Amino acid sequence: MRPRRFGRQLVTAVPMLWLLLFFMVPFILVFGISFTQAQLSIPPYSPLWEWVDHRVLALRVHLSNYAFLATDALYISSYLYSLKVAAISTFWCLLLGYPMAYGIARAAPATRSLLLMLVILPFWTSFLLRVYAWIGLLKNNGVINNILMSLGVIHEPIVMMQTDFAVYIGIVYSYLPFMILPLYANLEKHDRTLLEAAADLGARPWKAFMRVTLPLSLPGIIAGAMLVFIPAVGEYVIPSLLGRSDQLMIGRVLSDEFFENRDWPVASAVAIAMLLLLVIPIVIFQRQQGREMAHK
Amino acid sequence: MIRHRRYFVPTMLAFGFAFLYVPILSMIVYSFNNSRLVTVWDSAHSPTLKWYVLLFQNTQIMSAARLSLGIATLNACISVVLGTLAGLALVRFGRFKGRTLLGAMTAAPLVMPEIITGLSMLMLFVAMERLIGWPAGRGITTITIAHVTFSMAYVTVIIQSRLANFDESLEEAAMDLGARPHIVFFRVTLPLIMPAIISGWLLSFTLSWDDVVISQFAAGPSSTTLPMVIFSKVRLGVSPDVNALATLMVLIVASGVVASAFWVRASERRRAREMQLANP
Repeated sequence: MRPRRFGRQLVTAVPMLWLLLFFMVPFILVFGISFTQAQLSIPPYSPLWEWVDHRVLALRVHLSNYAFLATDALYISSYLYSLKVAAISTFWCLLLGYPMAYGIARAAPATRSLLLMLVILPFWTSFLLRVYAWIGLLKNNGVINNILMSLGVIHEPIVMMQTDFAVYIGIVYSYLPFMILPLYANLEKHDRTLLEAAADLGARPWKAFMRVTLPLSLPGIIAGAMLVFIPAVGEYVIPSLLGRSDQLMIGRVLSDEFFENRDWPVASAVAIAMLLLLVIPIVIFQRQQGREMAHK
Repeated sequence: MIRHRRYFVPTMLAFGFAFLYVPILSMIVYSFNNSRLVTVWDSAHSPTLKWYVLLFQNTQIMSAARLSLGIATLNACISVVLGTLAGLALVRFGRFKGRTLLGAMTAAPLVMPEIITGLSMLMLFVAMERLIGWPAGRGITTITIAHVTFSMAYVTVIIQSRLANFDESLEEAAMDLGARPHIVFFRVTLPLIMPAIISGWLLSFTLSWDDVVISQFAAGPSSTTLPMVIFSKVRLGVSPDVNALATLMVLIVASGVVASAFWVRASERRRAREMQLANP
Protein backbone atom coordinates (compact mmCIF):
# COMPACT_ATOMS: atom_id res chain seq x y z
CA MET A 1 0.00 0.00 0.00
CA ARG A 2 2.81 2.40 0.86
CA PRO A 3 4.55 2.57 -2.51
CA ARG A 4 1.19 3.02 -4.20
CA ARG A 5 0.29 6.01 -2.03
CA PHE A 6 3.71 7.47 -2.71
CA GLY A 7 3.31 6.95 -6.47
CA ARG A 8 -0.06 8.65 -6.41
CA GLN A 9 1.28 11.60 -4.52
CA LEU A 10 4.08 11.94 -7.04
CA VAL A 11 1.66 11.82 -9.99
CA THR A 12 -0.43 14.58 -8.42
CA ALA A 13 2.45 16.64 -7.09
CA VAL A 14 4.36 17.17 -10.34
CA PRO A 15 1.60 18.96 -12.33
CA MET A 16 0.35 20.60 -9.13
CA LEU A 17 3.73 22.15 -8.34
CA TRP A 18 4.20 23.26 -11.93
CA LEU A 19 0.84 25.02 -12.00
CA LEU A 20 1.27 26.54 -8.56
CA LEU A 21 4.65 27.97 -9.49
CA PHE A 22 3.91 29.05 -13.05
CA PHE A 23 0.21 29.85 -12.91
CA MET A 24 -0.81 30.71 -9.35
CA VAL A 25 2.29 32.56 -8.11
CA PRO A 26 2.42 34.84 -11.20
CA PHE A 27 -1.14 36.02 -10.51
CA ILE A 28 -0.30 36.77 -6.92
CA LEU A 29 2.71 38.74 -8.15
CA VAL A 30 0.63 40.74 -10.63
CA PHE A 31 -1.89 41.40 -7.88
CA GLY A 32 0.89 42.66 -5.62
CA ILE A 33 2.54 44.80 -8.30
CA SER A 34 -0.79 46.45 -9.10
CA PHE A 35 -0.57 48.10 -5.64
CA THR A 36 2.89 49.59 -6.22
CA GLN A 37 4.02 52.72 -8.01
CA ALA A 38 6.13 53.01 -11.11
CA GLN A 39 9.63 54.26 -10.54
CA LEU A 40 12.96 54.29 -12.30
CA SER A 41 14.60 51.17 -10.92
CA ILE A 42 15.07 47.50 -11.70
CA PRO A 43 12.35 46.19 -11.57
CA PRO A 44 10.52 49.42 -12.43
CA TYR A 45 8.12 49.54 -9.49
CA SER A 46 8.28 50.54 -5.83
CA PRO A 47 8.76 47.69 -3.33
CA LEU A 48 5.54 46.45 -1.75
CA TRP A 49 7.21 46.10 1.64
CA GLU A 50 10.30 47.52 3.25
CA TRP A 51 12.25 46.97 6.45
CA VAL A 52 12.28 50.14 8.50
CA ASP A 53 15.40 50.21 10.74
CA HIS A 54 15.81 46.47 10.06
CA ARG A 55 13.07 45.78 12.58
CA VAL A 56 9.69 46.90 11.38
CA LEU A 57 8.15 45.54 8.18
CA ALA A 58 6.31 48.37 6.47
CA LEU A 59 3.75 47.62 3.76
CA ARG A 60 3.59 50.24 1.06
CA VAL A 61 0.26 49.78 -0.64
CA HIS A 62 -0.71 52.33 -3.27
CA LEU A 63 -4.24 52.44 -4.58
CA SER A 64 -3.33 55.15 -7.06
CA ASN A 65 -3.35 52.82 -10.11
CA TYR A 66 -6.92 51.74 -9.48
CA ALA A 67 -8.00 55.32 -8.80
CA PHE A 68 -6.37 56.22 -12.10
CA LEU A 69 -8.23 53.44 -13.97
CA ALA A 70 -11.56 54.36 -12.43
CA THR A 71 -11.29 58.05 -13.30
CA ASP A 72 -9.56 58.00 -16.67
CA ALA A 73 -12.07 58.00 -19.52
CA LEU A 74 -9.71 56.04 -21.81
CA TYR A 75 -9.74 52.95 -19.59
CA ILE A 76 -13.46 52.99 -18.90
CA SER A 77 -14.31 53.36 -22.57
CA SER A 78 -11.94 50.56 -23.61
CA TYR A 79 -13.40 48.22 -20.96
CA LEU A 80 -16.93 48.94 -22.15
CA TYR A 81 -15.88 48.67 -25.79
CA SER A 82 -14.20 45.27 -25.15
CA LEU A 83 -17.35 43.98 -23.45
CA LYS A 84 -19.49 45.22 -26.33
CA VAL A 85 -17.26 43.68 -29.02
CA ALA A 86 -17.06 40.37 -27.15
CA ALA A 87 -20.84 40.24 -26.57
CA ILE A 88 -21.77 41.05 -30.17
CA SER A 89 -19.20 38.59 -31.56
CA THR A 90 -20.43 35.86 -29.21
CA PHE A 91 -23.99 36.49 -30.39
CA TRP A 92 -23.05 36.14 -34.07
CA CYS A 93 -20.93 33.09 -33.28
CA LEU A 94 -23.95 31.46 -31.65
CA LEU A 95 -26.25 32.43 -34.50
CA LEU A 96 -23.92 30.84 -37.06
CA GLY A 97 -22.59 28.03 -34.87
CA TYR A 98 -25.89 26.67 -33.57
CA PRO A 99 -27.37 25.70 -36.95
CA MET A 100 -24.01 24.26 -37.98
CA ALA A 101 -23.71 22.15 -34.82
CA TYR A 102 -27.34 21.09 -35.27
CA GLY A 103 -26.74 20.11 -38.88
CA ILE A 104 -23.63 18.11 -37.98
CA ALA A 105 -25.37 16.33 -35.09
CA ARG A 106 -28.27 15.32 -37.40
CA ALA A 107 -26.04 14.20 -40.30
CA ALA A 108 -25.42 10.54 -41.13
CA PRO A 109 -22.57 9.09 -39.01
CA ALA A 110 -20.07 8.91 -41.89
CA THR A 111 -20.73 12.51 -43.01
CA ARG A 112 -20.71 13.61 -39.38
CA SER A 113 -17.08 12.74 -38.71
CA LEU A 114 -16.05 14.39 -41.98
CA LEU A 115 -17.94 17.60 -41.11
CA LEU A 116 -16.47 17.58 -37.60
CA MET A 117 -12.99 17.29 -39.04
CA LEU A 118 -13.74 20.24 -41.34
CA VAL A 119 -14.73 22.30 -38.28
CA ILE A 120 -11.59 21.35 -36.36
CA LEU A 121 -9.12 21.61 -39.24
CA PRO A 122 -8.88 25.44 -39.37
CA PHE A 123 -8.31 25.40 -35.63
CA TRP A 124 -5.10 23.47 -36.22
CA THR A 125 -3.76 25.90 -38.77
CA SER A 126 -2.22 29.12 -37.57
CA PHE A 127 -4.68 31.47 -35.88
CA LEU A 128 -2.46 34.43 -36.69
CA LEU A 129 -2.34 33.57 -40.39
CA ARG A 130 -6.08 33.02 -40.56
CA VAL A 131 -6.71 36.49 -39.15
CA TYR A 132 -4.14 37.82 -41.59
CA ALA A 133 -6.04 36.20 -44.47
CA TRP A 134 -8.97 38.53 -43.77
CA ILE A 135 -6.80 41.58 -44.43
CA GLY A 136 -6.48 40.43 -48.04
CA LEU A 137 -10.25 40.00 -48.28
CA LEU A 138 -11.41 43.15 -46.48
CA LYS A 139 -8.93 45.76 -47.73
CA ASN A 140 -10.12 48.67 -49.89
CA ASN A 141 -8.43 47.03 -52.88
CA GLY A 142 -9.02 43.58 -51.44
CA VAL A 143 -10.78 40.55 -52.89
CA ILE A 144 -14.33 41.40 -51.73
CA ASN A 145 -14.23 44.99 -52.99
CA ASN A 146 -12.62 43.91 -56.26
CA ILE A 147 -15.33 41.33 -56.92
CA LEU A 148 -18.18 43.67 -56.00
CA MET A 149 -16.73 46.45 -58.17
CA SER A 150 -16.16 44.23 -61.18
CA LEU A 151 -19.75 42.98 -60.86
CA GLY A 152 -20.89 46.59 -60.81
CA VAL A 153 -22.65 46.24 -57.45
CA ILE A 154 -20.65 49.12 -56.02
CA HIS A 155 -18.57 51.85 -57.63
CA GLU A 156 -16.60 52.97 -54.60
CA PRO A 157 -14.81 50.45 -52.39
CA ILE A 158 -16.57 49.81 -49.07
CA VAL A 159 -14.28 50.60 -46.12
CA MET A 160 -14.21 47.42 -44.07
CA MET A 161 -10.72 47.33 -42.60
CA GLN A 162 -10.16 49.04 -39.25
CA THR A 163 -13.85 48.97 -38.39
CA ASP A 164 -15.87 47.20 -35.69
CA PHE A 165 -17.28 45.00 -38.45
CA ALA A 166 -13.80 43.65 -39.27
CA VAL A 167 -13.17 42.84 -35.59
CA TYR A 168 -16.52 40.98 -35.32
CA ILE A 169 -15.64 39.01 -38.45
CA GLY A 170 -12.19 38.20 -37.10
CA ILE A 171 -13.48 37.02 -33.72
CA VAL A 172 -16.41 35.00 -35.11
CA TYR A 173 -14.07 33.43 -37.64
CA SER A 174 -11.37 32.50 -35.12
CA TYR A 175 -13.63 31.30 -32.32
CA LEU A 176 -16.36 29.54 -34.32
CA PRO A 177 -14.97 26.02 -33.63
CA PHE A 178 -15.07 26.78 -29.87
CA MET A 179 -18.79 27.50 -30.23
CA ILE A 180 -19.61 24.56 -32.49
CA LEU A 181 -17.80 21.79 -30.59
CA PRO A 182 -19.54 22.09 -27.16
CA LEU A 183 -22.88 22.64 -28.92
CA TYR A 184 -22.33 19.57 -31.07
CA ALA A 185 -21.30 17.49 -28.03
CA ASN A 186 -24.58 18.48 -26.40
CA LEU A 187 -26.93 18.19 -29.41
CA GLU A 188 -25.53 14.81 -30.38
CA LYS A 189 -26.62 13.30 -27.03
CA HIS A 190 -30.26 14.35 -27.39
CA ASP A 191 -32.85 11.62 -27.39
CA ARG A 192 -34.72 11.96 -30.68
CA THR A 193 -37.80 10.20 -29.32
CA LEU A 194 -38.49 13.40 -27.36
CA LEU A 195 -39.02 15.25 -30.64
CA GLU A 196 -41.21 12.44 -31.93
CA ALA A 197 -43.26 12.63 -28.75
CA ALA A 198 -43.64 16.38 -29.23
CA ALA A 199 -44.72 15.83 -32.83
CA ASP A 200 -47.22 13.16 -31.74
CA LEU A 201 -48.68 15.63 -29.30
CA GLY A 202 -49.22 18.02 -32.19
CA ALA A 203 -46.26 20.38 -31.87
CA ARG A 204 -45.06 21.89 -35.14
CA PRO A 205 -41.31 21.39 -35.77
CA TRP A 206 -40.49 25.00 -34.87
CA LYS A 207 -42.41 24.76 -31.62
CA ALA A 208 -40.85 21.40 -30.79
CA PHE A 209 -37.44 22.94 -31.37
CA MET A 210 -38.19 25.92 -29.14
CA ARG A 211 -39.74 23.85 -26.36
CA VAL A 212 -37.58 20.71 -26.42
CA THR A 213 -34.27 21.03 -28.26
CA LEU A 214 -33.35 24.58 -27.31
CA PRO A 215 -33.87 24.21 -23.52
CA LEU A 216 -32.01 20.89 -23.55
CA SER A 217 -29.07 22.44 -25.36
CA LEU A 218 -28.71 25.30 -22.88
CA PRO A 219 -25.57 23.78 -21.22
CA GLY A 220 -23.92 23.59 -24.65
CA ILE A 221 -24.91 27.18 -25.41
CA ILE A 222 -23.45 28.38 -22.10
CA ALA A 223 -20.20 26.45 -22.55
CA GLY A 224 -19.77 27.64 -26.14
CA ALA A 225 -20.67 31.26 -25.34
CA MET A 226 -18.21 31.38 -22.44
CA LEU A 227 -15.41 29.82 -24.53
CA VAL A 228 -15.92 32.63 -27.05
CA PHE A 229 -16.80 35.56 -24.78
CA ILE A 230 -14.04 35.27 -22.16
CA PRO A 231 -11.01 35.17 -24.46
CA ALA A 232 -12.66 37.67 -26.83
CA VAL A 233 -12.77 40.34 -24.09
CA GLY A 234 -8.97 40.18 -23.77
CA GLU A 235 -8.34 39.67 -27.49
CA TYR A 236 -5.21 41.42 -28.69
CA VAL A 237 -4.14 40.08 -32.09
CA ILE A 238 -7.47 40.47 -33.94
CA PRO A 239 -8.15 44.13 -33.06
CA SER A 240 -4.48 44.98 -33.66
CA LEU A 241 -4.64 43.61 -37.20
CA LEU A 242 -8.22 44.39 -38.23
CA GLY A 243 -9.59 46.92 -35.77
CA ARG A 244 -9.91 50.65 -35.28
CA SER A 245 -6.99 52.74 -34.11
CA ASP A 246 -9.18 55.41 -32.45
CA GLN A 247 -10.89 52.97 -30.06
CA LEU A 248 -8.66 50.37 -28.43
CA MET A 249 -9.71 47.15 -26.77
CA ILE A 250 -8.50 46.55 -23.23
CA GLY A 251 -5.92 43.94 -24.25
CA ARG A 252 -4.23 46.50 -26.47
CA VAL A 253 -4.33 49.09 -23.66
CA LEU A 254 -2.61 46.63 -21.33
CA SER A 255 0.05 45.83 -23.88
CA ASP A 256 0.68 49.54 -24.62
CA GLU A 257 0.99 50.34 -20.91
CA PHE A 258 3.54 47.59 -20.58
CA PHE A 259 5.59 47.78 -23.76
CA GLU A 260 5.23 51.48 -24.73
CA ASN A 261 4.89 53.29 -21.39
CA ARG A 262 6.85 50.67 -19.41
CA ASP A 263 4.41 51.23 -16.55
CA TRP A 264 4.27 47.79 -14.93
CA PRO A 265 2.02 48.75 -12.00
CA VAL A 266 -0.68 50.25 -14.24
CA ALA A 267 -0.44 47.30 -16.65
CA SER A 268 -0.90 44.95 -13.66
CA ALA A 269 -3.87 46.95 -12.41
CA VAL A 270 -5.45 46.76 -15.89
CA ALA A 271 -4.94 42.97 -15.83
CA ILE A 272 -6.53 42.63 -12.37
CA ALA A 273 -9.46 44.84 -13.36
CA MET A 274 -9.95 42.73 -16.52
CA LEU A 275 -9.91 39.55 -14.41
CA LEU A 276 -12.50 40.98 -12.02
CA LEU A 277 -14.67 41.72 -15.03
CA LEU A 278 -14.29 38.12 -16.17
CA VAL A 279 -14.71 36.42 -12.79
CA ILE A 280 -18.46 35.91 -13.17
CA PRO A 281 -18.31 34.32 -16.65
CA ILE A 282 -15.30 32.20 -15.60
CA VAL A 283 -17.15 30.89 -12.53
CA ILE A 284 -20.20 30.06 -14.68
CA PHE A 285 -17.94 28.22 -17.12
CA GLN A 286 -16.12 26.25 -14.40
CA ARG A 287 -19.40 25.20 -12.79
CA GLN A 288 -20.73 24.05 -16.14
CA GLN A 289 -17.53 22.05 -16.76
CA GLY A 290 -17.77 20.51 -13.30
CA ARG A 291 -21.37 19.45 -13.91
CA GLU A 292 -20.50 17.96 -17.31
CA MET A 293 -17.67 15.95 -15.74
CA ALA A 294 -19.98 14.75 -12.96
CA HIS A 295 -22.45 13.47 -15.58
CA LYS A 296 -19.77 11.38 -17.24
CA MET B 1 -42.52 25.50 -42.27
CA ILE B 2 -41.14 22.04 -42.94
CA ARG B 3 -39.73 23.25 -46.24
CA HIS B 4 -37.89 26.09 -44.52
CA ARG B 5 -36.46 23.73 -41.99
CA ARG B 6 -35.21 21.37 -44.63
CA TYR B 7 -33.26 24.09 -46.41
CA PHE B 8 -32.27 26.30 -43.49
CA VAL B 9 -29.79 23.97 -41.76
CA PRO B 10 -27.93 22.82 -44.92
CA THR B 11 -27.73 26.43 -46.11
CA MET B 12 -26.22 27.53 -42.82
CA LEU B 13 -23.78 24.60 -42.93
CA ALA B 14 -22.68 25.53 -46.45
CA PHE B 15 -22.40 29.21 -45.53
CA GLY B 16 -20.47 28.38 -42.35
CA PHE B 17 -17.96 26.17 -44.13
CA ALA B 18 -17.53 28.75 -46.90
CA PHE B 19 -16.88 31.34 -44.19
CA LEU B 20 -14.27 29.07 -42.62
CA TYR B 21 -12.46 28.11 -45.81
CA VAL B 22 -12.73 30.98 -48.34
CA PRO B 23 -10.11 33.17 -46.56
CA ILE B 24 -7.64 30.29 -46.42
CA LEU B 25 -8.24 29.39 -50.07
CA SER B 26 -7.85 32.99 -51.23
CA MET B 27 -4.57 33.21 -49.32
CA ILE B 28 -3.34 30.05 -51.07
CA VAL B 29 -4.37 31.33 -54.50
CA TYR B 30 -2.69 34.71 -54.04
CA SER B 31 0.54 33.11 -52.87
CA PHE B 32 1.08 32.14 -56.53
CA ASN B 33 0.39 35.66 -57.76
CA ASN B 34 3.25 37.54 -59.38
CA SER B 35 2.14 41.05 -58.38
CA ARG B 36 3.51 42.71 -55.27
CA LEU B 37 0.07 44.24 -54.75
CA VAL B 38 -1.13 41.09 -53.11
CA THR B 39 -4.75 41.38 -54.20
CA VAL B 40 -4.33 42.31 -57.83
CA TRP B 41 -4.05 39.20 -59.96
CA ASP B 42 -1.27 39.57 -62.50
CA SER B 43 -2.46 37.02 -65.05
CA ALA B 44 0.45 37.50 -67.45
CA HIS B 45 3.08 36.21 -65.03
CA SER B 46 1.07 34.05 -62.66
CA PRO B 47 1.08 31.43 -61.30
CA THR B 48 4.62 31.82 -60.05
CA LEU B 49 6.68 30.32 -57.27
CA LYS B 50 8.79 33.42 -56.74
CA TRP B 51 7.40 34.19 -53.25
CA TYR B 52 8.31 30.67 -52.17
CA VAL B 53 11.86 31.17 -53.40
CA LEU B 54 12.07 34.53 -51.61
CA LEU B 55 10.65 32.94 -48.47
CA PHE B 56 13.41 30.34 -48.29
CA GLN B 57 16.01 33.04 -48.89
CA ASN B 58 14.70 35.13 -45.99
CA THR B 59 17.15 34.31 -43.20
CA GLN B 60 15.10 36.13 -40.54
CA ILE B 61 12.03 33.98 -41.23
CA MET B 62 14.06 30.79 -41.56
CA SER B 63 15.93 31.21 -38.26
CA ALA B 64 12.71 32.20 -36.49
CA ALA B 65 11.05 29.08 -37.91
CA ARG B 66 13.89 26.90 -36.58
CA LEU B 67 13.54 28.48 -33.13
CA SER B 68 9.76 27.99 -33.13
CA LEU B 69 10.15 24.40 -34.26
CA GLY B 70 12.49 23.65 -31.36
CA ILE B 71 10.31 25.36 -28.76
CA ALA B 72 7.11 23.75 -30.07
CA THR B 73 8.67 20.26 -29.96
CA LEU B 74 10.08 20.71 -26.46
CA ASN B 75 6.79 22.23 -25.30
CA ALA B 76 4.74 19.36 -26.72
CA CYS B 77 6.88 16.71 -25.00
CA ILE B 78 6.76 18.37 -21.56
CA SER B 79 3.06 19.30 -21.82
CA VAL B 80 2.08 15.76 -22.69
CA VAL B 81 3.80 14.35 -19.60
CA LEU B 82 2.41 16.98 -17.21
CA GLY B 83 -1.06 16.98 -18.78
CA THR B 84 -1.30 13.20 -18.66
CA LEU B 85 -0.31 13.14 -14.99
CA ALA B 86 -2.86 15.85 -14.17
CA GLY B 87 -5.61 14.11 -16.15
CA LEU B 88 -4.81 10.78 -14.47
CA ALA B 89 -4.94 12.37 -11.02
CA LEU B 90 -8.23 14.16 -11.71
CA VAL B 91 -10.08 11.17 -13.15
CA ARG B 92 -8.60 8.13 -11.40
CA PHE B 93 -7.67 9.24 -7.88
CA GLY B 94 -11.16 10.05 -6.60
CA ARG B 95 -11.31 12.77 -3.97
CA PHE B 96 -7.93 13.89 -2.72
CA LYS B 97 -6.58 16.97 -1.04
CA GLY B 98 -6.17 19.73 -3.57
CA ARG B 99 -8.32 18.15 -6.26
CA THR B 100 -10.50 21.24 -6.64
CA LEU B 101 -7.43 23.45 -6.86
CA LEU B 102 -5.79 21.23 -9.47
CA GLY B 103 -9.04 21.10 -11.48
CA ALA B 104 -9.41 24.87 -11.40
CA MET B 105 -5.77 25.45 -12.31
CA THR B 106 -6.00 23.14 -15.32
CA ALA B 107 -9.30 24.64 -16.56
CA ALA B 108 -8.45 28.32 -16.05
CA PRO B 109 -5.69 28.63 -18.71
CA LEU B 110 -8.23 27.48 -21.33
CA VAL B 111 -10.25 30.67 -21.02
CA MET B 112 -7.73 33.09 -19.55
CA PRO B 113 -7.00 35.98 -21.94
CA GLU B 114 -3.49 35.35 -23.25
CA ILE B 115 -2.39 38.88 -22.50
CA ILE B 116 -2.94 38.35 -18.76
CA THR B 117 -1.10 35.02 -18.77
CA GLY B 118 1.76 36.62 -20.67
CA LEU B 119 2.09 39.59 -18.34
CA SER B 120 1.97 37.47 -15.18
CA MET B 121 4.51 35.00 -16.58
CA LEU B 122 6.95 37.82 -17.24
CA MET B 123 6.46 39.20 -13.72
CA LEU B 124 7.34 35.77 -12.36
CA PHE B 125 10.45 35.40 -14.50
CA VAL B 126 11.69 38.84 -13.47
CA ALA B 127 11.05 38.13 -9.79
CA MET B 128 12.68 34.68 -9.97
CA GLU B 129 15.75 36.02 -11.70
CA ARG B 130 16.21 38.56 -8.92
CA LEU B 131 15.64 36.02 -6.17
CA ILE B 132 17.51 32.93 -7.36
CA GLY B 133 19.23 34.02 -10.56
CA TRP B 134 17.25 31.59 -12.71
CA PRO B 135 16.08 31.80 -15.48
CA ALA B 136 18.99 34.05 -16.44
CA GLY B 137 17.58 36.43 -19.03
CA ARG B 138 14.70 35.51 -21.27
CA GLY B 139 14.74 33.21 -24.24
CA ILE B 140 14.02 29.61 -25.15
CA THR B 141 13.65 28.48 -21.52
CA THR B 142 11.15 31.15 -20.52
CA ILE B 143 9.09 30.85 -23.72
CA THR B 144 8.92 27.08 -23.28
CA ILE B 145 7.85 27.33 -19.62
CA ALA B 146 5.13 29.83 -20.56
CA HIS B 147 3.88 27.64 -23.42
CA VAL B 148 3.85 24.47 -21.33
CA THR B 149 1.72 26.16 -18.69
CA PHE B 150 -1.16 26.79 -21.06
CA SER B 151 -0.63 23.78 -23.38
CA MET B 152 -0.78 21.25 -20.55
CA ALA B 153 -4.28 22.47 -19.72
CA TYR B 154 -5.47 21.39 -23.16
CA VAL B 155 -3.70 18.04 -22.84
CA THR B 156 -5.36 17.51 -19.43
CA VAL B 157 -8.83 18.07 -20.93
CA ILE B 158 -8.16 15.60 -23.76
CA ILE B 159 -6.75 12.94 -21.39
CA GLN B 160 -9.60 13.48 -18.92
CA SER B 161 -12.30 12.85 -21.50
CA ARG B 162 -10.46 9.79 -22.82
CA LEU B 163 -10.02 8.31 -19.33
CA ALA B 164 -13.65 9.03 -18.46
CA ASN B 165 -14.73 7.03 -21.50
CA PHE B 166 -13.28 3.69 -20.50
CA ASP B 167 -13.99 2.04 -17.22
CA GLU B 168 -11.55 1.17 -14.52
CA SER B 169 -12.33 -2.55 -14.64
CA LEU B 170 -9.45 -3.21 -17.07
CA GLU B 171 -7.01 -1.64 -14.65
CA GLU B 172 -8.59 -3.44 -11.71
CA ALA B 173 -8.36 -6.76 -13.55
CA ALA B 174 -4.65 -6.21 -14.15
CA MET B 175 -4.23 -5.29 -10.50
CA ASP B 176 -6.12 -8.46 -9.42
CA LEU B 177 -3.75 -10.49 -11.57
CA GLY B 178 -0.94 -9.12 -9.46
CA ALA B 179 0.42 -6.28 -11.59
CA ARG B 180 2.07 -3.44 -9.69
CA PRO B 181 0.53 0.05 -10.25
CA HIS B 182 3.29 1.28 -12.54
CA ILE B 183 3.08 -1.92 -14.60
CA VAL B 184 -0.69 -1.42 -14.89
CA PHE B 185 -0.08 2.11 -16.09
CA PHE B 186 2.49 1.19 -18.74
CA ARG B 187 0.83 -2.03 -19.94
CA VAL B 188 -2.89 -1.15 -19.71
CA THR B 189 -3.64 2.52 -19.21
CA LEU B 190 -0.99 4.03 -21.45
CA PRO B 191 -1.83 1.99 -24.57
CA LEU B 192 -5.53 2.78 -24.06
CA ILE B 193 -5.00 6.53 -23.87
CA MET B 194 -2.33 6.61 -26.61
CA PRO B 195 -4.61 8.27 -29.21
CA ALA B 196 -5.42 11.01 -26.69
CA ILE B 197 -1.73 11.46 -25.89
CA ILE B 198 -0.90 11.80 -29.58
CA SER B 199 -3.63 14.36 -30.20
CA GLY B 200 -2.52 16.18 -27.04
CA TRP B 201 1.06 16.28 -28.35
CA LEU B 202 -0.04 17.61 -31.74
CA LEU B 203 -2.33 20.20 -30.17
CA SER B 204 0.41 21.43 -27.80
CA PHE B 205 2.79 21.66 -30.72
CA THR B 206 0.33 23.78 -32.72
CA LEU B 207 -0.54 26.02 -29.78
CA SER B 208 3.11 26.83 -29.22
CA TRP B 209 3.94 27.11 -32.93
CA ASP B 210 1.16 29.68 -33.27
CA ASP B 211 1.45 31.73 -30.10
CA VAL B 212 2.35 35.38 -30.44
CA VAL B 213 0.95 37.18 -27.37
CA ILE B 214 2.50 35.10 -24.59
CA SER B 215 5.79 34.79 -26.50
CA GLN B 216 6.04 38.57 -26.77
CA PHE B 217 6.14 38.76 -22.99
CA ALA B 218 8.32 35.72 -22.39
CA ALA B 219 10.85 36.32 -25.18
CA GLY B 220 14.09 38.17 -24.80
CA PRO B 221 15.58 40.51 -27.40
CA SER B 222 17.58 37.73 -29.05
CA SER B 223 14.80 35.16 -29.32
CA THR B 224 12.15 36.02 -31.88
CA THR B 225 9.74 33.22 -32.72
CA LEU B 226 8.10 32.78 -36.13
CA PRO B 227 4.67 34.13 -35.09
CA MET B 228 6.39 37.21 -33.66
CA VAL B 229 8.11 37.82 -37.01
CA ILE B 230 4.86 37.28 -38.92
CA PHE B 231 2.92 39.55 -36.57
CA SER B 232 5.34 42.44 -36.91
CA LYS B 233 5.41 41.95 -40.71
CA VAL B 234 1.65 41.84 -41.24
CA ARG B 235 0.98 44.76 -38.90
CA LEU B 236 2.61 46.86 -41.59
CA GLY B 237 0.34 45.39 -44.26
CA VAL B 238 -0.05 42.33 -46.45
CA SER B 239 3.10 40.77 -47.80
CA PRO B 240 3.15 38.04 -50.45
CA ASP B 241 5.89 35.94 -48.88
CA VAL B 242 3.70 35.59 -45.78
CA ASN B 243 1.02 34.18 -48.10
CA ALA B 244 3.54 31.61 -49.31
CA LEU B 245 4.52 30.76 -45.74
CA ALA B 246 0.85 30.44 -44.75
CA THR B 247 0.17 28.13 -47.67
CA LEU B 248 3.03 25.84 -46.69
CA MET B 249 1.91 25.77 -43.07
CA VAL B 250 -1.72 25.09 -43.94
CA LEU B 251 -0.73 22.24 -46.29
CA ILE B 252 1.65 20.63 -43.76
CA VAL B 253 -0.81 20.90 -40.89
CA ALA B 254 -3.78 19.75 -42.93
CA SER B 255 -1.99 16.65 -44.19
CA GLY B 256 -0.74 15.92 -40.67
CA VAL B 257 -4.20 16.21 -39.15
CA VAL B 258 -5.83 14.13 -41.86
CA ALA B 259 -3.15 11.42 -41.54
CA SER B 260 -3.46 11.29 -37.76
CA ALA B 261 -7.26 11.18 -38.00
CA PHE B 262 -7.00 8.11 -40.22
CA TRP B 263 -4.47 6.54 -37.87
CA VAL B 264 -6.66 7.16 -34.81
CA ARG B 265 -9.70 5.76 -36.61
CA ALA B 266 -7.79 2.63 -37.69
CA SER B 267 -6.49 1.99 -34.18
CA GLU B 268 -9.96 2.60 -32.76
CA ARG B 269 -11.43 0.00 -35.13
CA ARG B 270 -8.73 -2.46 -34.14
CA ARG B 271 -9.53 -1.86 -30.50
CA ALA B 272 -13.26 -2.34 -31.11
CA ARG B 273 -12.51 -5.63 -32.87
CA GLU B 274 -10.31 -6.81 -30.02
CA MET B 275 -13.00 -5.87 -27.52
CA GLN B 276 -15.51 -7.87 -29.52
CA LEU B 277 -13.20 -10.89 -29.54
CA ALA B 278 -12.69 -10.50 -25.80
CA ASN B 279 -16.41 -10.56 -24.93
CA PRO B 280 -18.23 -12.61 -27.54
